[in-house]
Amino acid sequence: MQPGLESYLALSGILFTIGAVGVVYKRNAIGIFMCIELMLNAVNLTFVAFSRYYGDVTGQLFVFMVMSVAAAEAAVGLGIIIAFFRNRLSVDVDDASILKY
Amino acid sequence: MAGTVLFFLFAGFAIACAVSMVYHRNPLYSAISLIGVFIALAAIYLTLAAPFIAITQILVYAGAIMVLVVFVIMLLNLDEDKPLNRLKYLYAVGGGLGLALLAQTFFIFYAVLKAPKAEVDPNMTAGKTMSIGRAMYTEYLLPVEIVGVMLLMAIIGAVILVRKMEHPHLELVGEGEDEKE
Repeated sequence: MQPGLESYLALSGILFTIGAVGVVYKRNAIGIFMCIELMLNAVNLTFVAFSRYYGDVTGQLFVFMVMSVAAAEAAVGLGIIIAFFRNRLSVDVDDASILKY
Repeated sequence: MAGTVLFFLFAGFAIACAVSMVYHRNPLYSAISLIGVFIALAAIYLTLAAPFIAITQILVYAGAIMVLVVFVIMLLNLDEDKPLNRLKYLYAVGGGLGLALLAQTFFIFYAVLKAPKAEVDPNMTAGKTMSIGRAMYTEYLLPVEIVGVMLLMAIIGAVILVRKMEHPHLELVGEGEDEKE
C-alpha cells in the first residue's frame, strides 16, 4: 500500500515553492545557493515518482544527470562565492548589485 | 499502510527542514537543515523502490555537495545575515510567487487525483541498479558522455575562478588596462 502519485507531486511542489520563495527572501549568496539545491531536489522527486508509476527507468537516469549538474553547480557556484568574498569581504547579494568593480 | 505512514513521516520531516532552512539566518543552521531534507528525500526514494538513487542522494548531496558548502561557510567565517532592509516590493514578489506556485501545486494535486489511477507493478525492476546501468551505457550513452564533459568543464572553471591573481582589481576591471602598463 502506497500513497498515490498525487501525494509525491504535492510534496515536490511544496518543496519547490519553499525553495523559490527562499531565493527571493535570502540575502546570503550561500543561502540562495542552498535554496536552488532544494528546488533541484524537488524536481528529482517528481522524476523518481513518475519513474515508479510508469515503470520506466528514464526518470531515474535523469535524476542522475540532475545530480551531476548540481555537483558542477556546487563547484562553480562556490568558486564564484569565494572570488566574490575576496573582493568584497561579504557574501551579501545586495553588495553584488553592481557587476563591475 | 506502512508505505503511507513512512511517506507522511518523511514528507513532514522534509517540509519542516525546508522551512527551517529558509527561516534561519545563520548559514550553518540552514546547511544542516538542508542535509535533513536530503536524508528525508533519500528515505522517500527508498519507498519509491529506487535504492540506487537513494544511495546516490546520500553520497553526492549529503556527502559531497553539503560538505563543500559547510566547508565554504566555515572557511569564510560567515556570521548571521543582517535583518532584512531590502526593497519592500521584494516581500510582495516573494509572497506572490509562493502563492502562485502553491496554487499550481494544488491544481496538479487535484488533476492527478481525478485522473485514472496508474497501477504499480510490485515486481517492477525499474529501480534496480542493473537496469539503470544497462540503460545508462546503451540507450543513454551520449547524455552520460556529455555529463562527463560538463563535469570536466566545471572542474576547470572552479580552478580558474579561485586562482590567485597578481593584480586582482586591475584584472577584474578589464584586461585592456593591464596591457597599457
